[in-house]
Amino acid sequence: MKTVMQGNELTLFLSGDIDHHSARAIRETADGLVQEKHPGILKLNFADVGFMDSSGIGLIMGRYRTMQLYGGKLRVTGVPDELRRIMELSGINALDVLEGGKENEYT
Amino acid sequence: MNILNETTITLDSRSCNEAYARGAVAMFIASLDPTVSEINDIRTAVSEAVTNCVVHAYRDTVGKIRINIRILPENTVYIRISDKGCGISDIKKAMEPLYTTAPEQERAGLGFAVMQSFCDAVSVRSVPGKGTSVTLRKKLSLRCHNV
Repeated sequence: MKTVMQGNELTLFLSGDIDHHSARAIRETADGLVQEKHPGILKLNFADVGFMDSSGIGLIMGRYRTMQLYGGKLRVTGVPDELRRIMELSGINALDVLEGGKENEYT
Repeated sequence: MNILNETTITLDSRSCNEAYARGAVAMFIASLDPTVSEINDIRTAVSEAVTNCVVHAYRDTVGKIRINIRILPENTVYIRISDKGCGISDIKKAMEPLYTTAPEQERAGLGFAVMQSFCDAVSVRSVPGKGTSVTLRKKLSLRCHNV
């Protein structure tokens, strides 16, 4: 997984399928980096994610809590159209973490 | 039930098989020429059902998951995912959005809500101690060259 630390902003570029199996490694990497680098903002970039089930929602909600614990903020960026429906269904819009449009600014 | 085509696969309830399960279902129904969005809906719903077997039915053990896929008339897909795991004592509660018994694994409690949203019909039968079977149904669009 590609990660970029710029200023106090840590971006994780997620790719491939996010399911219960793959979410575990992403979670461990994300939490390890947050503990190590204490970013003010954690950005999860979904631009290269081709498939996601509700495990991805658990992943976002979990990182939201992690960042709250450290006094930082979570942003979710680059969500492809195919993932919009599951994001909307989950109600994570209410957390105000979603940024609009497909963006992949570091690649 | 008039079955036009059918297959059954059996797999171990290991998390690494979740991708295989949804991929196998997608391959089998490819002959119906589904849209990208329909394929995605079915892969997502199957992934939720299979993950439930891995996380809940066979929690801390490995058992068999059986997936029966049928092509029915009028481009309808029928998928039954069954296990011989712990079963669900309160199905209504289990299907409530955001309800989960595995928060420590960061389960969002949205599995059944996603299945219901991405399929036309979802039915659940379960006997505590014996197992659970989840049936998904979805009618795919008939594209003109199929008629």
